[in-house]
Amino acid sequence: MKIALEEVQRIAHLAHLRLSGDEAEKLRGQLDQILGYIDKLDELSTEGVEPAAGGMIGPGPPMREDSVAGTLSTEDALANAPESGRGHFKVPKVIP
Amino acid sequence: MSLRDLFARREVSASEIVAAHLERIDRVEPRVEAFHTLMAASAKKQAAELDLGLSRGETPGPLAGVPVAIKDVLAVKGVPATCGSRILETFVPPYDATCVTRLKEAGAIVLGKTNMDEFAMGSSTEHSAFGKTRNPWDLERVPGGSSGGSAAAVAARETPLAIGTDTGGSIRQPAAFTGTVGLKPTYGRVSRYGLVAFASSLDQAGPFSRTVRDAALALSVMSGADPKDMSCSTEPPGDFVAAAAGRGRQIKGLRVGVPREFLGEGLDPEVGQAVARCHELLASAGAEIVEVSLPTTGYAIAAYYIVATAEASSNLARFDGVRYGLRDKDAATLRDMYESTRVAGFGPEVKRRIMLGTYALSAGYYDAYYLKAMKVRTLIRRDFAEAFTKADILVGPTTPTPPFRFGEKLDDPLSMYLSDIYTVTANLAGIPGLSMPCGFTRAGLPIGCQLLARHFDETTIFSVASALEAGLDVARAAPPLAVDR
Repeated sequence: MKIALEEVQRIAHLAHLRLSGDEAEKLRGQLDQILGYIDKLDELSTEGVEPAAGGMIGPGPPMREDSVAGTLSTEDALANAPESGRGHFKVPKVIP
Repeated sequence: MSLRDLFARREVSASEIVAAHLERIDRVEPRVEAFHTLMAASAKKQAAELDLGLSRGETPGPLAGVPVAIKDVLAVKGVPATCGSRILETFVPPYDATCVTRLKEAGAIVLGKTNMDEFAMGSSTEHSAFGKTRNPWDLERVPGGSSGGSAAAVAARETPLAIGTDTGGSIRQPAAFTGTVGLKPTYGRVSRYGLVAFASSLDQAGPFSRTVRDAALALSVMSGADPKDMSCSTEPPGDFVAAAAGRGRQIKGLRVGVPREFLGEGLDPEVGQAVARCHELLASAGAEIVEVSLPTTGYAIAAYYIVATAEASSNLARFDGVRYGLRDKDAATLRDMYESTRVAGFGPEVKRRIMLGTYALSAGYYDAYYLKAMKVRTLIRRDFAEAFTKADILVGPTTPTPPFRFGEKLDDPLSMYLSDIYTVTANLAGIPGLSMPCGFTRAGLPIGCQLLARHFDETTIFSVASALEAGLDVARAAPPLAVDR
C-alpha cells in the first residue's frame, strides 16, 4: 500500500478540500494505483541529471520597459466577486 | 482561407457566412453538443461591422469573415469562461486573452465557447460539469479531450476554425479522434495571457481546422511576443502559410524519423497501418526514412502526471470563493468557506489531480516525486535533441487507438491517462506537434498521424503536413451527420 487513509485526509487538508469517508476511501485506492504506476520512474537512473527548470526554451524571459500602462478598474476587478464592499473582496470574519 | 478570400472579393458577406454557420449549428448541435455558450447575437454584430468596413474600403484582415470557436478555458471579454467547471459557472472575464484579441483583430468572428474536460483535465470531454460532447463520426464515442468541443465543432462543420489548448495532448488527441488538423505550437509560441492555467510550464493554445493551410494561417495570427506573458517567446515566426502551401522545405532529401517506441505494444494495428502509409508516401516523395529512438517514452506518463498535477494543485488554489465564481455563502469561517466552496465546485477528476499534485509537492515526498519527475523531463528533452540530430521531423501515431466509447475509461483514471502516451512527451520537451487525419478504420473511425519537430520549427511541420495532406486525400471527408439533412 502506497498511501494510507490518514495520509489522504492530511493531503486533503493541505489542498483545502474536505472529503467524506467514502470519498477518501475511493480516492485512496485510486491514488494508490496511480502512485504504484509512477514508481516505475525509480527504474530510471537520474544520477547527475539536472532537473528541468520549467517550460521556457532558449534564453530567459525578455525584458520590457517599466512603463505605466492601464490596468483593470477596481469596479471591473470586483465585478466577479461573490461578495464585495467599499472596493474590497469580502470574506467571513477572520479575527474572532 | 478561401472563405476569407470570398469575403474580400465580396462574393459572400460576413453576415451570410455567420448565418450559414448558425444554421448548421442549429441542425447538428443537438446531436454533437460541442458548444457551451453560443454567441449568435455578437457574431451577427461582428459580421455586420465587417461588412460595413468592407463597403467603406477597409482592407480585410487575414481571417476576415472567418468564424472561430474558442475553448471555454480562454477569456473572451464579457462572455462566461467556465473551464467546464461548476466553480467558474458564473465567471465573466473582463478582458480578452491575447490570442483572442489577435484573432478578432485579424477579422475572425467569434461564434461561441466550446465544451471541455473540467480545467482541461481529461482525454474524453466526459469530465465536463456541463455534459458530454459527442464524436461527430460516431455519436456513441468520445470526441477526445480535453478540447473535445473545439474538435467536434470543426469536424461537424459548425465552424471552420476553433481554438483549443494542449497540456499533454488536449489538442492533438481530439484532432486525431475527430479527423481534424490540430496543432500544439512550441511552448512560448502563443501567449498564455487569458488562458486559465492548468500546468503553466506545459500549456499552449493552438488551432483546430480542416486543412493544414488554415492551421498555418491561424498560427501566424495567434503567435508572437506578448509583454503580458513573460513565458511568451520573442522568436520570430516563420512563414507558416507559405510552408503549408508547399513553398517551404522540400520533401526530397528530408530526413523523416520514425520513433521506434511509438510503434510497439499497445498500438492498434489499423492505426499502425495508416501511419505506415504516411511513411511510404513521404519516402516515395524522396524523403529519407530513418528509425530513431526516444528511450524515455515509457516513463513519460509517470513523469507527466507528477509535473502537471503539481502545477495544477498550485494554479487551482486560486479558486477559493473569494474573487470569482462559486462561494458557499453559509460557511461561518474562512477555512470552512474555502473547503466547502472547493468541494462543491470541483468534479472528481480535478479533486484527484489536486490531491496527487499536493501529495507530490508535500514535505517528505518532493524529492522522490517532483524532483525525480523534473529530472526525467530533462531526459525526455535529451531524447528529442538526440533524435533531431538524425531526423528533421518525426512522424508517428497521435494516439494508440481510435476513439473509444463513452464510459469506457471513466472509472479507470490510469487507463485514461495512458491514452496520452504519444502526446505528453512533446509538452514535457516543449516542442511543436501537429495531428492530422491520415485515414479511417474499417468501422469508419478517424485515425490521426502526429508530426513532431524541433523547437520553433513549425514550418517544417507545415511543409510535411501539406505534402501528406495532398497525398492522402482525406481532408475532404466529412462525417455523415454534417452532410445529411
